[in-house]
Amino acid sequence: MIRQLIVRFIRHVDSVLLATVLMVLVVALMVLYSASGQALTKVNAQIVNIMIMMGVMLLVANTQPQFIERIALPVYLFGLTLLLAVALIGDISHGARRWLNLGVTKIQPSELMKLAVPIMLSWYFSKRESMLRTGDYLVAGVILLVPVLLIAKQPDLGTATLVFASGFFVIFLAGLSWKFIFGSAIAFGAALPILWSMLHDYQRRRVEILVDPSQDPLGAGYHIIQATIAIGSGGMTGKGWLNGTQSQLDFVPERTTDFIFAVFAEEFGLVGCCLLLLLFTIIIGRAFIIASQAKNTFSRLLAGSIAATFFTYCFVNMGMVSGILPVVGIPLPLVSYGGTSLLTLGLSLGLLMSVQSHKRLVATD
Amino acid sequence: MGYSTELKNHQNEQHKFRVRLVFLVLAVIAAFSALAGRFYFLQVYRYDYYQTLAENNRISIVPITPNRGLISDRNGIILAHNFFVYTLEITPSKTDDLQDTIEELGQLVEVSPIDLKRFKKLRSQSHTFESIPIRTHLNEYEAAKFAVNRFRFPGVELKSRLFRHYPYGTLGTHAIGYISRINENDLKQLKENNQLSNYKGTEHIGKAGVEQAYEEQLHGITGFQQVEIDADGRAVRVLSSASPTSGNNIVLSMDAKLQEIAEHEFAGRRGALVAIQPKTGEVLAMASMPSFDANLFVDGIDYDNWNLLNNSLDKPLINRSLKGIYPPGSTFKPFVALAGLESGKRQPPFAISDPGYFMLPNSRHRYRDWKPSGHGAVDMRRAITVSCDTFFYGLAMELGIDRLTDFVRHFGFGEKTNIDIQGELSGLLPTPAWKKKRFKQPWYMGETVIVGIGQGYTLVTPMQLAHATAMLANSGKSIRPHLVNAIVNSKTNQVSLLPHAIADQLNLSANNLEIVKLGMMDVTQPGGTAAAIGTNAGYLIAAKTGTAQVVGIKQNEKYNEKLINERHRDHAWFISYAPAEDPKIAVAVIVENGSHGGSTAGPIARKVMDYYLLGKVPVDPAAAAVPEVTITNAPEVEEEPHD
Repeated sequence: MIRQLIVRFIRHVDSVLLATVLMVLVVALMVLYSASGQALTKVNAQIVNIMIMMGVMLLVANTQPQFIERIALPVYLFGLTLLLAVALIGDISHGARRWLNLGVTKIQPSELMKLAVPIMLSWYFSKRESMLRTGDYLVAGVILLVPVLLIAKQPDLGTATLVFASGFFVIFLAGLSWKFIFGSAIAFGAALPILWSMLHDYQRRRVEILVDPSQDPLGAGYHIIQATIAIGSGGMTGKGWLNGTQSQLDFVPERTTDFIFAVFAEEFGLVGCCLLLLLFTIIIGRAFIIASQAKNTFSRLLAGSIAATFFTYCFVNMGMVSGILPVVGIPLPLVSYGGTSLLTLGLSLGLLMSVQSHKRLVATD
Repeated sequence: MGYSTELKNHQNEQHKFRVRLVFLVLAVIAAFSALAGRFYFLQVYRYDYYQTLAENNRISIVPITPNRGLISDRNGIILAHNFFVYTLEITPSKTDDLQDTIEELGQLVEVSPIDLKRFKKLRSQSHTFESIPIRTHLNEYEAAKFAVNRFRFPGVELKSRLFRHYPYGTLGTHAIGYISRINENDLKQLKENNQLSNYKGTEHIGKAGVEQAYEEQLHGITGFQQVEIDADGRAVRVLSSASPTSGNNIVLSMDAKLQEIAEHEFAGRRGALVAIQPKTGEVLAMASMPSFDANLFVDGIDYDNWNLLNNSLDKPLINRSLKGIYPPGSTFKPFVALAGLESGKRQPPFAISDPGYFMLPNSRHRYRDWKPSGHGAVDMRRAITVSCDTFFYGLAMELGIDRLTDFVRHFGFGEKTNIDIQGELSGLLPTPAWKKKRFKQPWYMGETVIVGIGQGYTLVTPMQLAHATAMLANSGKSIRPHLVNAIVNSKTNQVSLLPHAIADQLNLSANNLEIVKLGMMDVTQPGGTAAAIGTNAGYLIAAKTGTAQVVGIKQNEKYNEKLINERHRDHAWFISYAPAEDPKIAVAVIVENGSHGGSTAGPIARKVMDYYLLGKVPVDPAAAAVPEVTITNAPEVEEEPHD
């Protein structure tokens, strides 16, 4: 009886996804142990985070996509209300208004929007399926841009960009015309010099530093210089676990969170880096396969967007740490220390598994 | 049929979706290949380079502090500059035994008790890994002596540091301000303004006056060197560098010589003087006496000097010209007079017969005139000239407090002048609403009466009074006073003149203005309250004297100067502008406990105007000398007279 229940429960789990994710998590815990100076505090905390993430993943994997579809609008509106509340009465910390104080606990509604927005958009396009007009893309644009602008105003440009990306992927997969995409890209490119000329000197300087941190070697550039040395000195096979001098001697900043990849690269070298890239590729590839096999528009769009967003996180983080992308505070999925990011990942993975295991149950009427 | 189209549609949809998906897959492949390429570049192609950096105990970023901008007076006399000095510095965390190290150092070069105290104080404020100066201003011989013995002192370093220096010591300190070590509060402020990385190598920041208000201009942009360091932390090789940009130089509106004359003429008394060019708002002199030597603060002031300055009864640290608030006394009368004329309550033929006191209807309280016998027949012009209290008591009563304060507020009373340095107080123009809020009491008519002669709750700063006088001289045009005339870009030498900001333009009747101005011109003529000030001047001076009560006098008491403790004597005010027909300078002077405006404050204003208008330097030999470069340890503290 119990055995049956367990079987029922785990039969929705996608074994390929789960196995790959677990492999990454094992590596992540090893790196975290090294990065936190071989102390177990953070490792233990992260194990708890991982267990919560797994629980959430299992739970969501067992829900039907139709249920997610039904709650899409309420969840989106709820998140939007919270964002408005933040804009009006939110707590200010470090000069930005991001948190909502509920008395007992503080919440950061922008985090919720990372999934609420793509779910909402997938729901919208599935509603409009087979009668899609240009106007629908406009509506979708509004659904996407309202929360993005609210988050950007907090100001939290990093999260705003990611929420925008996750929503944009849905619109893109729903068939946004190439003409429009290229058209706006060209228009944006043309507008750049004008925007640039409108900026104040100090604003330009900030953008310059964002694009090229080495111009500010005492501030943001210091992180990048040290991270680059860590990666470069790792060489082909790395200095070995717990032996990264840059990392162990405090030279790498934020080394358990945003810059944890530098620690990994120093200790495991090019071979390790390529293996990690491979694991990430498997996760993304599996997610794409799930998306392409999904049997209805909602599931398809949602799975595709989750896959693409996961990829964006990986690329932006590793690109930033290795110095080819600007420094924006984005964690490396599954590897960086922190509960919030894992929780969102648990939800995303659960959604993917739900889509995959319920595809046969979906009526094709 | 319907079923098959939907199926077809569905397949069509799925096909379109897969095309899009393929595009994303290609993007992933491209991006991850780029990453792999980057890893290859860093970890294989450039491996040796990064390996070396990591091996050699890596690299260090050394900030290069920019030279702080210079401050000069309007004629180019340098009032704040920088020079290099050798300092001996200790990094506590690198020494074996701090006490031993200091003792041994003391045998090599002189370390005075003051040095030790300063070191102790700085140490309590810094981290153990920061280097702290134990001795500054080492001469060449001492520097060489230490260099030879360096090996004996781990954690002690000889550094060449740029020091701020104020060559004229106490001159104009309250205007120029000073720099001092950056403290926790400054750091917080810098962090908020996103300036922290620009202050990486900077140890000092402007704390007062122009040094504080123009910090952003003066500081400059920090440069850096990316250097390779060895295991001892010594730089081995410079990998890359960017040179710093010096701070911009600042040209004050102040005339240093004028300032010096003003300060000297105070002759040890407490008080303040502000001189403004009425047409431009340029502050020509801003003295607050006693002053103090700004150089004391530069390398961290020691406890003894700090206590001396901070606990002195004379309060040298307070900038009296901006923060000293005093009742304006009779200097308020010209402005009340204008209120009377402009409101129509007083017109030229109007005159009173002054019995020497004023009484409110239905009251037996006598508001006394300063002249017990009275001034006889007094019209508006004469009321100003002889400073007739009785005349203004009645005028204030008729105007009423609201109309009176509403009018004089236009001259900036009760509001900050918004001069370009920080710390200004706004004084006080009392109103019934204010009193209700402050004391929860109603306003009495008697309080209106004494506002008419600038007593009661009314409070002004010397800067406000100078500004109001300048505005009067300028026929009602208000120009924001400013201490800085121009900023000279350190790179391009381009001079940017700061604009003279017109704050307000009062529309005053020319006839009314004329009456008040004539009354003020008569003040320095025979029969006026400051007749001596106008004697042999060679130009016409419009002025007004005033006294601000320090201690109230009871109804049947007489004010006897000789019986009163010196610090309880009245403050003496003097405001003036000249030449009266085409004003080029407006001056407000207060001498604390100076009793009579005409006899103590007036002469100071006269000397200042003499120099500015005629180039006349006071004959006193000490004042005639160009200020010397002296670094005094403490300002003299006046002996406090006791009864």
